[in-house]
Amino acid sequence: MKKQIATIGLEMHCEFKSNSKVFSAAKNAYSEIPNSNIAPLDMAFPGTLPVVNKKCVKDALKVSIALNCTQPEYMVFDRKNYYYPDLPKGYQITQMAYPIGINGKIYIEVNGKLIPAYIHDVHLEEDSASLDHFFDTSNIDYNRCGVPLFELVTEPCFHSAEEATAFIEHMIRVYRYLGVSDADTKRGQIRCDVNVSIADEDSKELGTKVETKNVNSLGGVAGVINYEIARQTKLKEEGRYDEVEQETRRWDEETGTTIRMRSKVDAIDYKYFVEPNIPKYKMSDEWKKKVASTIPRLHLERKIDYINNHGLSNYDAEILVKEKAISDYFEECLALQMDAKAAANWIITQILGYINKNNTNINDLYLTPKRLKDLIDELDKKTISSKQAKEIFEKVIEEKKEVSDFISKENAQISDKDELTKMIEEILANNQSQIAEYKNGRTNIFDYFVGQVMKQTRGKANPVLTKEILTEKLK
Amino acid sequence: MLEKSITELHDLLKTGKITSEELVRESLKKSHEIEEKYNAFVTICDDAKDTKVTDSLVSGIPFGVKDNYSTKDVLSTGSSNTLKNYIPFYTATVVQKLFDAGAIMTNKTALDEFGMGGTGTTCHTGPVLNPWDPTRMCAGSSAGSACAVASGVYPFALGSDTGDSIRKPAAFCGIVGYKPTYGMLSRYGLFPFASSLDHCGVLTRSVEDAAIVCDIMKGIDKHDMTSWDSSKMHLKDALTGNIKGKKLFYIKEICDINNYPNADETLKEHLKNFEETLKLLKEEGATIEEVSIDQRLLNAIASVYVVISCAEATSNMSNLTGIIFGPRSDKQNVFEMMKDHRTLGFSPLIKRRFVIGSYVLQKENQERYFKNAARVRRLIVDQMKELFKTYDCLILPVSSGPAKKFDEDKDVIDASTNVLEEHLQIGNFGGFPSITIPNGLINGLPVGINMTGNCYDDENILNIAYTLESKMSYKGQIAKEAIK
Repeated sequence: MKKQIATIGLEMHCEFKSNSKVFSAAKNAYSEIPNSNIAPLDMAFPGTLPVVNKKCVKDALKVSIALNCTQPEYMVFDRKNYYYPDLPKGYQITQMAYPIGINGKIYIEVNGKLIPAYIHDVHLEEDSASLDHFFDTSNIDYNRCGVPLFELVTEPCFHSAEEATAFIEHMIRVYRYLGVSDADTKRGQIRCDVNVSIADEDSKELGTKVETKNVNSLGGVAGVINYEIARQTKLKEEGRYDEVEQETRRWDEETGTTIRMRSKVDAIDYKYFVEPNIPKYKMSDEWKKKVASTIPRLHLERKIDYINNHGLSNYDAEILVKEKAISDYFEECLALQMDAKAAANWIITQILGYINKNNTNINDLYLTPKRLKDLIDELDKKTISSKQAKEIFEKVIEEKKEVSDFISKENAQISDKDELTKMIEEILANNQSQIAEYKNGRTNIFDYFVGQVMKQTRGKANPVLTKEILTEKLK
Repeated sequence: MLEKSITELHDLLKTGKITSEELVRESLKKSHEIEEKYNAFVTICDDAKDTKVTDSLVSGIPFGVKDNYSTKDVLSTGSSNTLKNYIPFYTATVVQKLFDAGAIMTNKTALDEFGMGGTGTTCHTGPVLNPWDPTRMCAGSSAGSACAVASGVYPFALGSDTGDSIRKPAAFCGIVGYKPTYGMLSRYGLFPFASSLDHCGVLTRSVEDAAIVCDIMKGIDKHDMTSWDSSKMHLKDALTGNIKGKKLFYIKEICDINNYPNADETLKEHLKNFEETLKLLKEEGATIEEVSIDQRLLNAIASVYVVISCAEATSNMSNLTGIIFGPRSDKQNVFEMMKDHRTLGFSPLIKRRFVIGSYVLQKENQERYFKNAARVRRLIVDQMKELFKTYDCLILPVSSGPAKKFDEDKDVIDASTNVLEEHLQIGNFGGFPSITIPNGLINGLPVGINMTGNCYDDENILNIAYTLESKMSYKGQIAKEAIK
C-alpha cells in the first residue's frame, strides 16, 4: 500500500465572554444553579424576540479581522431549524449565507516552524441549553442557552494531530489576546468537531471524510485524529476502505476510541433562512477600521519580535507571550528603554515567581514596569547588590512604596573603591596570620576576608568590588 | 355608552358624567352577551378593575386584546389547543403601554389559530359569527376583535395583521382597521405567525380613534430590533381634513369590472360603490388616477404570501412542543412528546401550512419556491415604492363584497377575484401603513375601502382616510344585529 496522508479539518466552537447573552438580556455567566441565568427568550416563550448584543458582534468582527478574513458588507443572521430538547425555539440563530468572516489565513508554529492555516469561515451564533442525562430522566439547564458562541471552520489543511492541536492552542491564545473569551477548555468553552480522512500520498483527491463531534479537550482532539488515522488506514490495508463511511462519530474518552453515531446520509436538512427579527446591519468601513484598531499584536508576532529584535531565547520569549498581560508588561519595559534581557529575566524569575506564589496577577502588581526600571537602574549603578535588589523588590510590592524609599545613605551599597580599599587594608593589617595561611595554599580562607569586610560594613560592601580589591591585595 | 368614540367617552369621564367603573361593568356585561351570541372571546376578564381618569384619552376606558398577545397573568392561547392552558408572565409592549395610559382590558378575543386563517372559523373555541348577520363569517384572523368593536363592547381592540387580518375583518364588520408601518408598533409579546409580515394594529369605529390608540402604542422598543423611533410623528394631530392636492391611484386590473366576466350583482355593486367613493375624495381636491400593473405580478401575490408566511410560520412555531409551556404530553420519549403535543394541538389547516412551509424551505426546493417568492415580493414592493414617488396613496376596494356565508362553497368563488381578495397582502410585503374604513352597505351588510401608503407616511394616509370618512355616514356605526 502506498504511504497514506491524513487530512484534517476542524470546526472549533468558542464561548465568548460578555455581560449578557448574544440575543437576550440574561447574564452570560456560568452558574451551578440550573436555570438561574435565563430570560424569556432563552426558553422561547411565545412573543419574545432576539436583540443582538453589539459587543458580541464587535468581538466576532475583531476575530474575523485578526484572522485576515474577508468581511461581508452586512451583518446578517440566519435560522437553522431542527428539533432538539436543548433548543427551545426549535431553531438556532446563526450565520449561514453571510458569515462574519470568510477565506482567512494565518500562520501557526509547529515544532519551531511556521505553517499556514486556512480558515473557511467564522460566524457568530448562540449556544444551546445543556442536558444532564440520568437513568430514566434528563434534565435541561437553560443557563447556557443563548450564550454567544463563535464558530471557526478551517479548510482541510492539517495533516497530523500535532498540527491540529497546535492550531487550537494558537486560537485559544488569539481569543485570549483579543479579550473575547477565556477559552477555558476545562469549562467547556472550547469544543471541536474533527474531520479526518486519509488518502494515498500522491492522490489529488481527499478520501472519505469522517466527522467526530463535540471533542472538548486538546488531548481528545489528538486522540480522535490518531485513532481515526489508524482505524481508516487499517481498513484500507485490509482492502476494506469502502467500510469507511461519511458519518458522524463521537469520542469515547475512556476507551480512547471513536464510536459511530449516525450516517451522513440521514443528515438533517436545517432549512436555513434569514432571521426576520434582526434587521441586517451595515458594517461600515469606518467601524471595521475602528474595531481593527483595537486589535493588539498577537502572541506569535510578539514572540518572533522578541527573538529577532531583542535577543531573547525561544524559551524566554515563549514564556513572555504565554499571557498577554505579561507580554504587555514586558513591552512596557521595552518602551521605557530597559535592557530587554534584564527585564525578561526579572519578569520570568522574580515577577512570575512572586505572582504564582501569591496567586495574584501582573496587572495588580504594585511594581509597575516603571518601578522595575528604577530597581534595575539602581542595580546597574551598583548602589545596591542583587541580593538587596531582591529584598527591595518584595518590599516595594508589600509596602506599596517607591524603590527610592529603600535606597537611603545608610543602607546604600558601598561601591567607593577608595573607601573599600582603605577598609580592606586595615582588615588585612589586623589579620596577618590568616594572610600567611592563605599564601600557604589555604585559598578557601578568601571567604573569611570577604566576611570580615561584610561584617564591618554590615553587608553593604559591594561584593564584586570587595572581591576584586581583596584578590589584588592578597597577590 | 360604549358605542361612543374615545374622545366622547373621555369628555364624559372627565366631566364626571360617567365613571370608569360603569364603563368596565358595561363592557363586561356586553362581553358576556356578545360571547353568547357570536362566540367572540377566549377569556372575559371579569375581575377587570376601573382606573383613574387622567389626561390620557384612553384612561378609564375598556378595550379588547386579541388572544395572540402575551398578557401577564391572563390566559393567552393564540386560539390554539397547543397553548390552551398558557398563562404568560410578561405583557406585550403595546398592551403594557395601553395599561400604563390607564386603559382597561376587559377581554381576550378569539382569532384564527395563531392568526393563520382568514375566516375566523379555526379558533380552538369555535367560529366567530358576524354581528351583522350570524350566518356569515367575520373574516380573520382578528375575528373576535372585529366582532366586539362592531358590537360596541368597547371603542377599540387590538388586532394583528400578517396578510389582511385586521383590515379584512374590519371591512366585513363595518369598522376601521389600521396597521401602521412595520416596526412603528413593537411586536414584543405578539405570538409570531410570519415575522417579516406580522404587524400589530388596531380595530376601531373611527379613524381618529385608530390614531389615538396608535399614538399611545407606538415607539421604539428595546425588545424589538425592528421597531423605530416615531416620536416626531403625531397621528391624531395630523388629522386636518385637508387633502387638497393629494394624489391617489387605484389599480386598473383590480378595479375594472370588465376584468370580471362572471361578476355577480354584489361584485358589480361593490365596484360601483368604490367608484362613487372616489368621487368624494375628488370633491375634497384630491386627484385620483388609474394605474396599470403587470397582471402576472398581481397574480403572484397570493402564492408569494403563502410561501413566505408558511415558511416563517413553521419555524416560528417550532417552540410549541409542550415541554416548557402548553399541555405536556405524557409520552415517555422527548421526541414522542413533541410529536404528540403538535399532532393533537394544531388544527388541520395549520398542519397543512406547516407542510407547505417545510416543503418550500427544503434544500432542494428553497431556490425554486422560498427564494423566488422573496424575489417576487421585492419586485412588488419596488413597484409600489416607485408609484409612491408620484402618489400619496393606493386606494382599493376590500374583497369582492361583504362578509361571506359560512356555508358558501369556496369552489364557487370565481378564481378571477383572487387578486381582489388578496391584494391587501401588498401592505404586508412592504410593511406599508394601511387602513380600511367602511364605505357602504350592500344588502344591509358593510363593505370596506382600503388606503395604503409608503412606509413612514402614516400621518398622510390616516388624514386621507379621515377626510374620506367624514364625507360618509359610517363613522361609529354599530352592527345592527348586535343592537337588537
